[in-house]
Amino acid sequence: MAIIDLAGISLDLWEGGDGPPLLFLHGGAGFRRDSRYLALLGERRRVIAPSHPGFGVSSLPDWIDRPEDIAHVYLNLLDRLGSVPIDVVANSFGGWIGLELAAMVPEKFGRLILVAPVGVKLGSRDTLDFPDAFALPAATLEKLAYYQPERFRVDPATLTDDELTVMLRNRETFALLVWEPYLHNPKLKHRLHRVTNQTLFVRGEHDGLVSADYMEGYAKLLPNARTLTLPNAGHQPQIEQPEAFVDAAVAFLNGEA
Amino acid sequence: MQAWHFSETAYHLLPPAESYDSIRVSLPNKNYDPRIGAELYHRYLDEWLLAEDEGLHIMLNEHHQTATCVDPAAPLMLAVLARQSHKARLLILGNPIANRRQPVRVAEEMAMIDVLSRGRLEAGFVRGVPYEISPANSNPVRMLEREYEALDLIVKAWTHHDGPVSFEGRFFHARQVNIWPRPWQQPHPPIWISTTSPGGAAQVGSRGYVQATFLTGFDGTRAIFDSYRRAWREAGRGDAVPEDRLAYAAMVYTGETQAEAYAGAEKLLWYITSNKVPPHFANPPGYVPVEAGVKMLRGAEHPLSAFRNAASVEGAIKAGIMMCGTPDQVVKQVRAVYDHVGGFGHLLNMGQAGFLEHDETVRGIRLFAREVLPALQEFRAP
Repeated sequence: MAIIDLAGISLDLWEGGDGPPLLFLHGGAGFRRDSRYLALLGERRRVIAPSHPGFGVSSLPDWIDRPEDIAHVYLNLLDRLGSVPIDVVANSFGGWIGLELAAMVPEKFGRLILVAPVGVKLGSRDTLDFPDAFALPAATLEKLAYYQPERFRVDPATLTDDELTVMLRNRETFALLVWEPYLHNPKLKHRLHRVTNQTLFVRGEHDGLVSADYMEGYAKLLPNARTLTLPNAGHQPQIEQPEAFVDAAVAFLNGEA
Repeated sequence: MQAWHFSETAYHLLPPAESYDSIRVSLPNKNYDPRIGAELYHRYLDEWLLAEDEGLHIMLNEHHQTATCVDPAAPLMLAVLARQSHKARLLILGNPIANRRQPVRVAEEMAMIDVLSRGRLEAGFVRGVPYEISPANSNPVRMLEREYEALDLIVKAWTHHDGPVSFEGRFFHARQVNIWPRPWQQPHPPIWISTTSPGGAAQVGSRGYVQATFLTGFDGTRAIFDSYRRAWREAGRGDAVPEDRLAYAAMVYTGETQAEAYAGAEKLLWYITSNKVPPHFANPPGYVPVEAGVKMLRGAEHPLSAFRNAASVEGAIKAGIMMCGTPDQVVKQVRAVYDHVGGFGHLLNMGQAGFLEHDETVRGIRLFAREVLPALQEFRAP
C-alpha cells in the first residue's frame, strides 16, 4: 500500500501480483486486500487498486459528491500509471466509476470486466432498478447480496477501531455518492456508445441487488459487450467463487473467451 | 423563565406495535383515518389557544411520514395559529432546512407568518432527525453543512430590502432574491436552533442564536449548555450569556395530587415508548460522525435514543427529562435541572402526547400556568 497525492487528494493505492497491469475498482463496501480472488488474479496480473476518495484512508475533498467526480480524479491516475491501454476489473459501484471513465477516454483502456455494475437507470420511473439498500434491515440486505451470507458475516467485536472506522467511513461515502439519483447517473447511458472496448459483464446467479434483466439491458448499451452468469454466487462473485471468477476473467482478458 | 406549550399532534390510535416494524417512514397511511385526524387537529389547535390564554407561549414542530407527529408542514399549522392567537410568541422548531430544497421559500413562509402574527414569530431551524432522511429523499451526509448554508441564505433573504440579491453557495443557488412580504421584526425574527450534542451547540453559541435541546437530562444538558456558553464567549459576545438564549424541552404534567400527576405523566411517556424505529431508519450512514458510530458498534447508545432508558415516570423525573407532580414538586424539579445546567430561559413543555385526553391536557396546562409558571418566572441564575 502507498499513499499518493493525486490532484490534491491523498489516495490509498494498493499494488500486488505480477504480469500485465490491471486496474481494479472496488465496490461500495470498499477494498479488502486479503481477498482470495486478488491472490489468484495476482498470479497472472499486476493488480493496481485505488481506494476511492472517501474510502479506506483516502481523503475526500468537499467538492466530490458523485461517482463522475471520482472518474475525473482517475484521469490523473491514468496519466500517472502511464501503462495504457490498461485492462479493468470493476465491481458494482466501481463499475459505475469505470464506465464514467471509459466513456471519457475509451482509448486509454483495453478490455473491461464489469461485475454486477450499477450506474444507469433502465426501468420505469415507478419502480426502483435496485432495492433501496438504505431502507432495508441488515438481515434482508445480506440475503440479497450473498448466495451464502453466513460465510461472510462480520462480527464488529472482532474488528479493531481502525477497521470499524474504515467500514463506517466507506458506508458514509457510499451513501453520499449514490443517494440521488439513486445508484445511477441519468446521463451515463447516453455516453456509453463511446465505449467500444471489448467488455464482459459478469453477474452472480443469486445477486438480489442487480437483476439478470438489468445486466442484459446494461450490456446492450455498449457496442461490444457480452454477459456471463456465474452460479452459486451473489453480488460479489469474485468473493463467493474466486476460482471460477478469476478463470473466467483471465480467459476474457487474454482474449481466449 | 418563559414556558411554551408543545404538542407533536400525534395520531395515537394505532394497531398493536407488534403488527408493524416502524412507526415512522413505512407505517402504511391506511392506518390514518382523516375524519379522526380532523378532530385531532382541531383539538390540538384548541389546546394551543387555551395555553395562550393561560400565559404560555406556543411551540410546534414538523415531522414526516409518522404517526408520532402528523404535522408534515408546520408552517401551515403555524399560519392557523398566527391568525387565531393574539399575544403568544409562536415558535416553530423547526424548519428542517437540511431537507428543504428551496431555502428562499422557507424565508417567504416565515416572513408571511411574522407579518400575519404582527411580529410574534420565533423562527426555529433543525437539521432533522435521522428518520426524516427517507421521506425527504435527502442525503444523510453533509446535512449540517446544508443546514447552515440554507440558514445563511434565509437570513440574507430576510435582511435585504433594496431589490434582488444573489447567492451561489455549495448547495443552494438563487440569482434574484427579493422576497415579498419581508418580515415584520427587524432585522429579522429571532432564530432558534435545536441540537442535542455539545459540538452542535458550539456552532449555535458562536452565532448567538437561541439553543434548544430535547430530553437530554441533567448531565447531557449541562454539557450542551456549557459548550454553548464557551462558544458564545469565544466568539466575543461577552461574558454574560443571557438566559433567554437557552431552552430545554421536557415532558411536563402538573396535578392537584401526586397520584393525579403521575397518571397524566404515564400517558405522556408515549413520547418515548411509541417511537419504534428499526436501525436502518434510526441510523442512516453519515448521520452520526464516524467516531460516534464506532462507539455505537462497541455498544454505546445512539445519542438520540439514550432517553429511552427512562421509560417510567420515576425514571424520567430522575433523569431530568420529565417534570411531574404537584405544583410544588414541579417547581422543585425544574429548579433542580435549572441549577444543574447553569440556568436557561425557556421551558418547552411537552404537555400533550399519545393518550392524554383533551380534558386531562387542559387541566395540566392550567395548573402549570397558574401554580408553577409564576415561580419559574422568578428564577435567577445562582
